[in-house]
Amino acid sequence: MSARERILAKLRKARPELPLRQPSLDAHYAPRARDESRQERLARFRTGIEGFHADVHISTADNWPQVLATLCAEKNIQTLMYGASTQAAPQLEGTPFGGTTLRPWAGRFEDIKTDLFHRVDAGFTLARGAIAETGSLILWPSGEEPRTLSLIPPIHFVLLDAATIHPTFYDALVGENWAGGLPTNALLISGPSKTADIQQTLAYGAHGPKELIVIVINVEGERA
Amino acid sequence: MSTPAQQSSGQPIAFVSAQALRARMHDAVNDPHLRQSFRGAMDFLMAKRAAQFPDQGELDSLRSLSESIRQYSLSRLPDLLEQLESNLTRNGVQVHWAETPEEANAIMLGIAQRHAAKLIVKGKSMVSEEIEFNHAMEAAGVGALESDMGEYIVQLAGEKPSHIIMPAIHQTKQQIAKLFAEHIPGVDYTDNVDALIQIGRRVLREKFEIADIGLSGVNFAVAETGTLCLVENEGNGRMCTTVPKVHIAITGIEKVVEKLEHVAPLFSILTRSATGQAVSTYFNMISGPRRGEDKDGPEEVHLVLLDNGRSQAYADEQLRKTLQCIRCGACMNHCPVYTRIGGHAYGTTYPGPIGKIVSPHMMGLEQTHLLPTASSLCGACGEVCPVKIPIPELLIRLRGEANSAPQANPAMVGQGAGYDPKISLLWKMWARLYARPATYRAFSWLATRFRALTPRQQSGWTAARTPLKPASRRLRDMVKDRR
Ligand code: SF4
Repeated sequence: MSARERILAKLRKARPELPLRQPSLDAHYAPRARDESRQERLARFRTGIEGFHADVHISTADNWPQVLATLCAEKNIQTLMYGASTQAAPQLEGTPFGGTTLRPWAGRFEDIKTDLFHRVDAGFTLARGAIAETGSLILWPSGEEPRTLSLIPPIHFVLLDAATIHPTFYDALVGENWAGGLPTNALLISGPSKTADIQQTLAYGAHGPKELIVIVINVEGERA
Repeated sequence: MSTPAQQSSGQPIAFVSAQALRARMHDAVNDPHLRQSFRGAMDFLMAKRAAQFPDQGELDSLRSLSESIRQYSLSRLPDLLEQLESNLTRNGVQVHWAETPEEANAIMLGIAQRHAAKLIVKGKSMVSEEIEFNHAMEAAGVGALESDMGEYIVQLAGEKPSHIIMPAIHQTKQQIAKLFAEHIPGVDYTDNVDALIQIGRRVLREKFEIADIGLSGVNFAVAETGTLCLVENEGNGRMCTTVPKVHIAITGIEKVVEKLEHVAPLFSILTRSATGQAVSTYFNMISGPRRGEDKDGPEEVHLVLLDNGRSQAYADEQLRKTLQCIRCGACMNHCPVYTRIGGHAYGTTYPGPIGKIVSPHMMGLEQTHLLPTASSLCGACGEVCPVKIPIPELLIRLRGEANSAPQANPAMVGQGAGYDPKISLLWKMWARLYARPATYRAFSWLATRFRALTPRQQSGWTAARTPLKPASRRLRDMVKDRR
């Protein structure tokens, strides 16, 4: 018998005759659902993620590339890497970026690994959505926007549409039926990387990005 | 595992015999610096946790839900493991099973050798500590480098983690500053925490870039989708699972849940109970190696499922509750014993209340029969446990297993290891006496009359206390007088 068979046999012998009843998640979440407007939800998301040291800029569908360009200039970013074929790419490419070079991701990770570690100052990705309750971004990396784009460069810019903010993590994964098909790596991101491993003192920029900057597309305009 | 050759190759193996346990605890209690660091850290963590649960009703409901999810998953454990395996396999993940630490290490060494790996970078994984992974790799000439900042510090110092969530909690920043200055070439002494973290970042980024394999633990494994979930703040977990060509995840067989939605409440109560954060910086859901259009991510992903005594706990309905644990560390943060002696004194990979109930299954009661007695049974651990494990009840149960006559329960490895026929007889006599009112009355009457004969030496009791002596009058007599 293999280890697998022996382990399973031991567990089978001991397992209860009948499985317990399915836990009811709705009974916990439904009574706590909030009746809130989109603006309130956006405000809650913002408070949450700002509490984790992220910067949030509210913008519009037309103006966000300018906001990004200004931020890149302020932060003196030489190279900004982005996914070449996302729906945001044409707008990005049509915007003057001054001293910042826009570099589309090209090839496989191995081809550009050294540049990603040493020469790319910032990565730009889209968020699939966000979670108001905890101030979390939802990212579904793909071939267009690989995983390392939001991990290796020291600064991570994220574009989020305010219409995609869910009240809770539970609402997001049930509402969008994530169980029906997940990417290789789905992520929740809540702030720049951090650690409190030395004497419980919080320090940012542990191994991932040192800064997380969220630009929100908000149909209600630039005021949140 | 603990051959002398391995011991000399790096970290000392800290497992201690039951006899040495008392001495270690004694030393720890007499170290004022240690007590101060732990007291400060635990107060901080308790306050942060409390701030995350302002609404008692929500906490109660979430704890009940989390308990029911864990119990439901365990009630279907063998089926869920098979479902997990088939969905992971469909996703392209290779699944391995190991009954013992040796088997798990051999599997992972095999993978490392197949890839001619020189360096494995590690995300935080208590299971890898449990199996002494680093020693096994180093003994075979493969480097294993911790990349979680706390684990990195502990590895540099040649120690083991003293807390399951905050491994270097026993070290002061001055100690860490000295450690970095001594061990990292070109680094001068600085006790500025930001500067220290930036040094760690620089050193470890170089390693992420060149490592052949990334190792990680697993917080939840989802059977229905074949997904491995990882909770972390630093981004090293993402580095280890994304940058190297091969990713190996290792986990205990109990970590599986059926549905993806089950992770939502568990994740929420985990981070809030552990570090008092509403959410961790990253929640990483991995469902396979690089595929299709993907441009990055590992080309191979492996999962090692480890038993190591868990099936023994599973076999008993009461002890099975041990496996509900989501490793948040709240029980140690709230434990008056842990706070006073720190994590190292226990001499086990998992310290504190959870360590006391899980280690006997992993190591057998011969080595661990004193552990369940290192508790005042105050009940704080059971009260804060997010999945409502009745830790005090389990401690009492394990005390019984350790001290009952050998062979009373052959299913439990080392049962009866603490058995002493004399003590056992004494307790039996006491029980008899106490259970019969007439004998008890006679005994107490005699005790008050002959109190002068009480021995002055009362073994352990008089080591630090004045001897006990029965009162001159019985309570029942005094009550009688009052009426
Ligand atoms: S026993 Fe409970 S409190 Fe302790 S680590 Fe496990 S889940 Fe957390």
